[in-house]
Amino acid sequence: MKKTFDTASAFIVGLLFGIGLIFGGMTNPAKVIGFLDVAGNWDPSLALVMGGAILVGVVAFRFARQRTQSFLGGAMHLPASTDINQRLIIGSLLFGAGWGLAGFCPGPALTSLGTGNPKAVIFVVAMVAGMAIYELADHFWHQPRRLNAQ
Amino acid sequence: MSIDWVNFTPGLSLLGGILLGTASALFILANGRIAGISGILGGLLRPRSGDIFWRVAFLLGLIVAPVVLAPFLPPMIATIDAGTGTLIAAGLLVGVGTRYGAGCTSGHGVCGLSRLSPRSLVATLAFMGAGMATVFVMRHLLA
Repeated sequence: MKKTFDTASAFIVGLLFGIGLIFGGMTNPAKVIGFLDVAGNWDPSLALVMGGAILVGVVAFRFARQRTQSFLGGAMHLPASTDINQRLIIGSLLFGAGWGLAGFCPGPALTSLGTGNPKAVIFVVAMVAGMAIYELADHFWHQPRRLNAQ
Repeated sequence: MSIDWVNFTPGLSLLGGILLGTASALFILANGRIAGISGILGGLLRPRSGDIFWRVAFLLGLIVAPVVLAPFLPPMIATIDAGTGTLIAAGLLVGVGTRYGAGCTSGHGVCGLSRLSPRSLVATLAFMGAGMATVFVMRHLLA
């Protein structure tokens, strides 16, 4: 029963998240690029998207940190890592370069799938391929070390 | 630099942001999960039993959002200037980068900054900086 509530809640949250992305203008790549184009005719809208989200988020996460269990009775999966390392920085730089190239980040790209836009489909297929490449590389990268350890 | 007042949508963007914050708040409080899209999607590529349905449900909600809004609002505007080659390169970079850096605009940008995490602040500065640099090169150096 808990599983069903978890799944239903995840669907509603995903839907609300998608609606927020649409209202905020994040699903329009031209608008995203207008925000990233600080040297040109700058559209500051997306700073307000981030600001509005963080305003609510700060309160929620303050409250979440004090809880030992979620409302639906599960564990609190708060990130444990505080490492600032090469992976974090290189990965984020690569992500930012891709974000600037097309104006899509993962959430808005998925929401744009729902409009049937063929360009969104191409982007999402490439993005999932990129994630799969990462999984494979990560797997093989760690393989020799695992073998050495045996 | 000049401000693009014509396309500036302060009210709608603030409303969108508050909805994103509310969704992230509900997810951490009700499900105990971080609303980080790249992590939710990427986790499906390394599936573990009992860890699949909530991911699929969240992503489905995200995808059907424009369908649910369609009867009430004018069609969503999306201007995508990138051609097929650029879209593929961009998608690959976003896919590899978000997994290697363990997060994207939602996980590091919204949830991480809301948690006041220095790690997410560094990630957000890195991807925003790289995004701005890329747009600068594309729009002002190569164009």
